[in-house]
Amino acid sequence: MKILMFGWEFPPHILGGLGTASYGLTKGMAEQKDLELIFVIPKPHGDEDQSFLKIMGACHIPVVWKENNWEHVNQRLGQFMHPDEYFWLRNGIKYDYTRIYTDELGCIYFSGKYPDNLIEEISNYEAVASVLAHQMQFDIIHSHDWLTYPAGVFAKHISGKPLVIHVHATDFDRSRGKVNPTVYSIEKRGMDVADHIITVSNLTRQTVIEKYHQDPRKVTTVHNAVEPLPNADSFTKTNRKDKVVTFLGRITMQKGPEYFVEAAHRVLQKTDGVRFVMAGSGDMMHDMIELVAKRGIADRFHFTGFLKGRQVHEMLAESDVYIMPSVSEPFGISPLEAMQVGTPSIISKQSGCAEILTHAIKTDYWDIDAMADAIHGIVKYPAMYKSLRDLGKEEVNNIKWYDAGLKVRAIYDGILKY
Amino acid sequence: MKNICFYFQIHQPLRLKKYRFFQIGQDHYYYDDFQTEEKIRILVEQSYLPANRTIMDMIRSSNGKFKCAFSISGVALEQLEQYAPEVIDSFRELLATGSIEFLAEPYAHSLSSVFDTDEFELQVKMHADKIESLFGKRPTTLRNAELIYSDEIGEKIINMGFKTVLIEEAKHVMGWKSPNFVYSHAYLPKLKLLVRNSKLSEDIFMRFSNPSWTDYPLTAEKFIGWISSVPSDENVFNIWMGYESLGLVQRPETGIFDFMKAIPYHAMEHQIGFALPSEIAKKHDATGSLLVPFPISWWGHEKDLSPWNGNDLQQEALKKLYSVSVRVRMCNDKPLLHDWLILQTCDHFRYMSHKEAYGSYYESPYDAFVNYMNILADFLDRVHAQYPSSIDNEELNELLKTITHQEKEIATLEEEVKKLKARKANTSEK
Repeated sequence: MKILMFGWEFPPHILGGLGTASYGLTKGMAEQKDLELIFVIPKPHGDEDQSFLKIMGACHIPVVWKENNWEHVNQRLGQFMHPDEYFWLRNGIKYDYTRIYTDELGCIYFSGKYPDNLIEEISNYEAVASVLAHQMQFDIIHSHDWLTYPAGVFAKHISGKPLVIHVHATDFDRSRGKVNPTVYSIEKRGMDVADHIITVSNLTRQTVIEKYHQDPRKVTTVHNAVEPLPNADSFTKTNRKDKVVTFLGRITMQKGPEYFVEAAHRVLQKTDGVRFVMAGSGDMMHDMIELVAKRGIADRFHFTGFLKGRQVHEMLAESDVYIMPSVSEPFGISPLEAMQVGTPSIISKQSGCAEILTHAIKTDYWDIDAMADAIHGIVKYPAMYKSLRDLGKEEVNNIKWYDAGLKVRAIYDGILKY
Repeated sequence: MKNICFYFQIHQPLRLKKYRFFQIGQDHYYYDDFQTEEKIRILVEQSYLPANRTIMDMIRSSNGKFKCAFSISGVALEQLEQYAPEVIDSFRELLATGSIEFLAEPYAHSLSSVFDTDEFELQVKMHADKIESLFGKRPTTLRNAELIYSDEIGEKIINMGFKTVLIEEAKHVMGWKSPNFVYSHAYLPKLKLLVRNSKLSEDIFMRFSNPSWTDYPLTAEKFIGWISSVPSDENVFNIWMGYESLGLVQRPETGIFDFMKAIPYHAMEHQIGFALPSEIAKKHDATGSLLVPFPISWWGHEKDLSPWNGNDLQQEALKKLYSVSVRVRMCNDKPLLHDWLILQTCDHFRYMSHKEAYGSYYESPYDAFVNYMNILADFLDRVHAQYPSSIDNEELNELLKTITHQEKEIATLEEEVKKLKARKANTSEK
């Protein structure tokens, strides 16, 4: 079975959880040897792990017919794909896209990030999808997140192959309810056209059914998993006098950072020997710094700025408590990563991962009393810390992408009527 | 002649209220009275009262031949006194028929038999006093909280003057042995053990209304038929369960009360009698002894202590709690001593279990643990505030002895002075 997947991010160059989830899922699926995966992203960097799937860059696929000689194409694209493939794909150009600005190869420039002209980039991605749909052979189209829904929809209309869309988040999560109508319409259209919708949690499934008016029969939850950390033991905890409680993620409305600050304030009123860390960056960072100053806890509350790669795991491993007070989190993979390195996690009940975790503390995102109490409990009662650490680690190590892959496979089989 | 021994447990823990860490040191009241009352009212109205009426019917219709025993924990008795005194009255009426018996148990339904035997002895005595003051009769048979028993606990029990103990049919202890005999302690033959017949007990409280059970529907005729078909030398059938099985676990509409009512009739038809635990122990000799090196209980699949101290959370909480027991017993602050009892109730620890948290009102074991530990932290502060912690327990005990003795001594000396003065006055008069 050959699957054409549209994604937006792929490690190692990732901006959020979408890339991590795409990688994990495809890797888990690739363990089923009869699946062949082609993963399209806007802009590959050439250092992606292609051992289990084929990565194609939208910025290397011609959408406007331009004459080039083999040598030139080889020089330009050789590190990403064989020049013959370029010429073969060029035969798939069936529409006139000269209105779009293209380079001398007939390819479109993509930032591969989340630029201001994101909507334009999304529709350019759609143009690329048309070429692929005309030229390639595949059995199923699988689109990851709303940025790629239009591409998936177009590919379905051209090829007639079934479309599966994978909802990693909806605009209701990102905006705390103040939905952007353009984004909503893109999401809605994707869901309407899709043959099946995969959501990363029951929470998201509910949103998809209720807010996007989808037939419940066509929406299935496949919970995310976490990649095993091969060098989990290499992250150690330094002995220090103070306990460290960490928030790690984008400092945006969706993640509920202000509840963390308020809970910290509560804890610090009665407890010594605790420090709080807010790692990450985002549009609410300055507000948070101000709030911390206003509460008078700046001596015990620290900001690290944006962390990446190994730094993330190091920060998690150095922490005694990881907290994710998200207001609305479709899944939330970071608590699982914290638990992998043995850090107890407190998560909001409004997070999808709460559905599959038992050995984590769950509170409502607004319940700062409960959150403060949980922090105090983990910091002050050693048995609590130990229990959460050991049982949590064991639990997380049993959540495997392979199993998620099997569920996705079952959905494919269902729509192909195998 | 075969005898059926029915025994029902009544126990409800006091509900702890949501207690945040910032209340530590500020708030010394730990209970959610509203929820406690609501729970006990439900139990009383749906189970205890209708079940008591049923038992009364059974006793009357069988001319006093039907008999059964009850064990009501001290904690539950307090709640009944406060919220449902009519249940106490109803038990008094039952007791007046002479067909029921109350059993002794540790007052707080605690694990003290395992963690602090002095406390255990104290609580059993406290419970017996309570039963005596409420019902005018002192219990002679003991059943430990959750039927916890081991050889060591048995030894303790016989030293406390009890001759009979109720225990669970734990497979790893019984092996091929039948529960339908009277057994004795491993090396103290005077202590008799009655063993629960877990199959017959579970048939009633677990499977009675389960339509997918092969023996559904269970009728009294069928049930008694099973008992009468057992070889005649097996003659004690211990059917023990929580009292809430009648009416709450098995709802009235399942026919549980009618089933119970029909039992005496069918039993008499098959020449099967009823007996109280104390009578059975007197009537029957022990057929053999049971070796129980490790504590057993009637909970869960393993029938051991793991529902209460199976994980790190539970062990930590128990360790912290019992670390102050000696010190608490030296105090005479009444509210503190009462809190001490309530905090020992074993249900609090079971709610921290990852596998056996049945009936928990907490969202998770961790939630239960944090709440309990916050309360315990406040309680421990209060205990330590009683006497300076720089003095160790033995020293403190001596000091306290001297203080109490001092008073007595002063009193006796004063008496003496008085006498001497009187004598002096007498002699000077002469």
